[in-house]
Amino acid sequence: MKAAVIRFPGSNCDQDCVLALREFGVETDYVWHKETSVAGYDLLVLPGGFSYGDYLRCGAIARFSPIMKAVKEAAAAGTLVLGTCNGFQILCEAGLLPGALIRNRSLHFVCQHQHVRVEDVANPFLHTARTGTLLKLPIAHGEGCYVADPATLRELNHSGRILLRYTDANGAATDAANPNGSTEHIAGIVNAGRNVFGLMPHPERACDARLGSVDGRTVFESILTTLGVLQAA
Amino acid sequence: MSAEPAITPALIAKHGLTPEEYARIQSILKRDPNFTELGIFSVMWSEHCSYKNSKNELRKFPTTGPTVLVKAGEENAGVIDIGDGWGIAFKMESHNHPSAVEPFQGAATGVGGIIRDIFTMGARPVFSLNSLRFGPITGEGANVKTNRRLFAGVVSGIAHYGNCIGIPTIGGEIYFDESYDGNPLVNVFNLGILKHEQIARGAARGIGNPVFYVGAETGRDGLAGAAFASRELTEESKQDRPAVQVGDPFKEKLLLEACLELLATDAVAGIQDMGAAGLTCSTCETASRGGTGVEIDLAKVPKRETGMTPYEIMLSESQERMLIIVKKGHEQTVVDIFEKWDLPYAEVGVVKDDGMMRVLNNGVEVAEIPARQLADEAPLYSREAKAKPAPADLDLAKLPETDNRAALLTLLAHPSIASKNWVYRQYDHTVRAGTMVLPGSDSAVFLVREANKILAATSDCNALYCAIDPRQGARIAIAEAARNLACSGAVPLAVTDNLNFGNPHKPENFWQLRESVEGLAEGCRAFDTPVTGGNVSLYNESPAAAIDPTPTVGMVGIIEDERHVTSSHFKTAGDAILLVGGLGDELGASHFLKAVHGLKLGPVPALDFAHERAVHDAVRALIKSRLVKSAHDCSEGGLAVALAESCLSDPAQQFGATVEITAAGLRLDQLLFNETQGRIVLSTNPTHVAAVLMLLELRGIPACKLGVVGGNLVKITANGEALAWSLTELHHAWHDSIARAMQA
Repeated sequence: MKAAVIRFPGSNCDQDCVLALREFGVETDYVWHKETSVAGYDLLVLPGGFSYGDYLRCGAIARFSPIMKAVKEAAAAGTLVLGTCNGFQILCEAGLLPGALIRNRSLHFVCQHQHVRVEDVANPFLHTARTGTLLKLPIAHGEGCYVADPATLRELNHSGRILLRYTDANGAATDAANPNGSTEHIAGIVNAGRNVFGLMPHPERACDARLGSVDGRTVFESILTTLGVLQAA
Repeated sequence: MSAEPAITPALIAKHGLTPEEYARIQSILKRDPNFTELGIFSVMWSEHCSYKNSKNELRKFPTTGPTVLVKAGEENAGVIDIGDGWGIAFKMESHNHPSAVEPFQGAATGVGGIIRDIFTMGARPVFSLNSLRFGPITGEGANVKTNRRLFAGVVSGIAHYGNCIGIPTIGGEIYFDESYDGNPLVNVFNLGILKHEQIARGAARGIGNPVFYVGAETGRDGLAGAAFASRELTEESKQDRPAVQVGDPFKEKLLLEACLELLATDAVAGIQDMGAAGLTCSTCETASRGGTGVEIDLAKVPKRETGMTPYEIMLSESQERMLIIVKKGHEQTVVDIFEKWDLPYAEVGVVKDDGMMRVLNNGVEVAEIPARQLADEAPLYSREAKAKPAPADLDLAKLPETDNRAALLTLLAHPSIASKNWVYRQYDHTVRAGTMVLPGSDSAVFLVREANKILAATSDCNALYCAIDPRQGARIAIAEAARNLACSGAVPLAVTDNLNFGNPHKPENFWQLRESVEGLAEGCRAFDTPVTGGNVSLYNESPAAAIDPTPTVGMVGIIEDERHVTSSHFKTAGDAILLVGGLGDELGASHFLKAVHGLKLGPVPALDFAHERAVHDAVRALIKSRLVKSAHDCSEGGLAVALAESCLSDPAQQFGATVEITAAGLRLDQLLFNETQGRIVLSTNPTHVAAVLMLLELRGIPACKLGVVGGNLVKITANGEALAWSLTELHHAWHDSIARAMQA
């Protein structure tokens, strides 16, 4: 299999994502946002960062990058797409995921290790976990407060498309444990086709035991098992 | 275009040049300078660029050693060998004056500037630290409100720039003291990694090579910022706001990637960032280093404003710009890469053989100055030094006994000692996936994946000590930095320093500078850590008075094995708590005296480098033998604060502790809060206690078992008197103190 990490001007987690995938033995390329094709890739990663400086609205300009037409077509054809942090924001702006990410309720950027609870495992991104599994993942964002209209939220809940919620260390989704004021503590969602996953936490920063958490491996191991690269445990 | 102003004594004085300096300019040029040339000399001969008041002192630093690849002063930053063909470039720099008048942009562009210094060397920047000083943020009054505004603005500015560019800010220090009222210190540190053969040089080599300007367009922002930074802050300093630059971290991220991509090709003969003094500094310094001349035409410089005069273009400090000397024939490589990254670029000049910095405007010469004399032959001064008398020493007999239980809570809640989580939560400290020890431990520890090397870094300076005894304060700053690295399992490699002082024309300030430099130099020799570069910031005076002397030390070390990485907080209930280095008894210049009694009195604690080094070596040896689970040095607030921090500082879990200490003849406050140097609190598996004590005894280092980790209370029985605190009240005092102050 081959993975592509899309590089927008201002992406800053692109190198971390490439390194994490390569450490899993996955052949991974950087793909510059001015490219127009993602043919031949089984996984597309939209990394975190500040695409175009996030000067207008997070992800609002990146959605117009030439590569995004190819990403949309690949997503429609079923290719797995993973967007972390700014990548999640771009997926929402591009209409590949519903809702939007707005300024943290605290108005402050927040960086910390955060517990999230796996809400649904019937998808290519978390199927190696169990429903209710707690993952400890780094977050680092100023605009991670997920919002959507009531109909969208109902639909996401009913169809099991909310994949991660923020919780405390005991798995309780309390307001105190919600780092950005996200609606219903939402940390990550998947599209109706269950092949486009956006999340605010950074799984690529939690793949190496030396950094204190390997919980991010769950996401990559699920993807690689889905693609037949890893044997299911 | 209006005619240039005539050169008058008033105009010369306005440019910060003395009559003697002006005469020197006349003798270099063999004529009178024009207005543009006067501006060029004024910024190049400012303290900020020329170090004219400090250079004679800086020569006292040890700058050589077996690991030094690029020496201090040779280039934008020094480079140190870390083995296997890898090197690190690192440096600390101040943005004090800009941050005083415009905290957000002042701090942001400080971060941008230091990062540019690092990637100019060909290194990929991998992490940042910062060392900050503000006036008090607790209490009432206009000063306190101003200090809060400055503190919040500086932190947001650092977060804005560092987070966007994707370089983690993983540590540092923050102090609050009246002496920084209205004159905050913002010292920023960055470290980058590179292969030895990637070291880039800031020299204009190769006669006929084209000179490229790349990066952001030039505007009128930051006009003569270097000159602004080289005078005292006054009530009128707000009018200097135009001297503060505006930063664009997005543009710098593009510039960083484009420059590293370009440096990986064979196209570059020399590269220099445009920081202080902008285009002026980069052209004359590259020519001076190359022993060549550089000719540029300002008409070709990308500009974002119309009608800029040559004077303005040459003195602009617009951010995110670089000057690149390209090997002739490789121009297209530059064009391709900067087109890819959508960055402005222009061929603005050529390397010449005449040693001149020649500036044209549309072909018409507007300045011609011998480059070497402009860049390297600024006048040097050894100012008059006069010892500042220290206040009378503390008379312990006259110090009233206080409630020691309350004193610990007061110390833990003091913003200088309290948890800095309100700050580092705003910094992305995990990007680049290498942060092994989170902020808040004795040093930051970072895994550099490219090189598979583990680095530790710390910044330290206790200005309370320096105010009373600048030499001893500086010696202790180095010792504490080395101790912090030892606690993390690291061997110190090298030092960068940021010397923050008042106006050097005042003899007491110059004396403080000289004493501090000599103290730092002694320390660097004692720990075999050469100085690889740094920054001098003088004229740190608010309308009230000069700041306390603050020679900030940034020290970098290496950890050989990931299993040696050690953090400061307790790990397991039941572990034994040990104290290495003895109980101590020196209460002079302590944070206890200041925070609890409102006294800034000496004497500053004694320091014995040989003993200090023996303690560090012993703790490192214990760590390597896997006998240490946590290590934390005793610094501000003494043993009691060190114990409380060891209990509280793991964000994931907290521990109580039960400790007993006895020292005949000592007062309780003296026992709990003294700041005797060379002391480290360890925790270890209880089965290892005997071995650890024996190994320390063999090395002749005093040590004792203090007690045990566990429970919901911190209980200290000192000279038979029992004190106890709940973890909840300690956490409340320590963890949320800064957030409470900022919400007030």
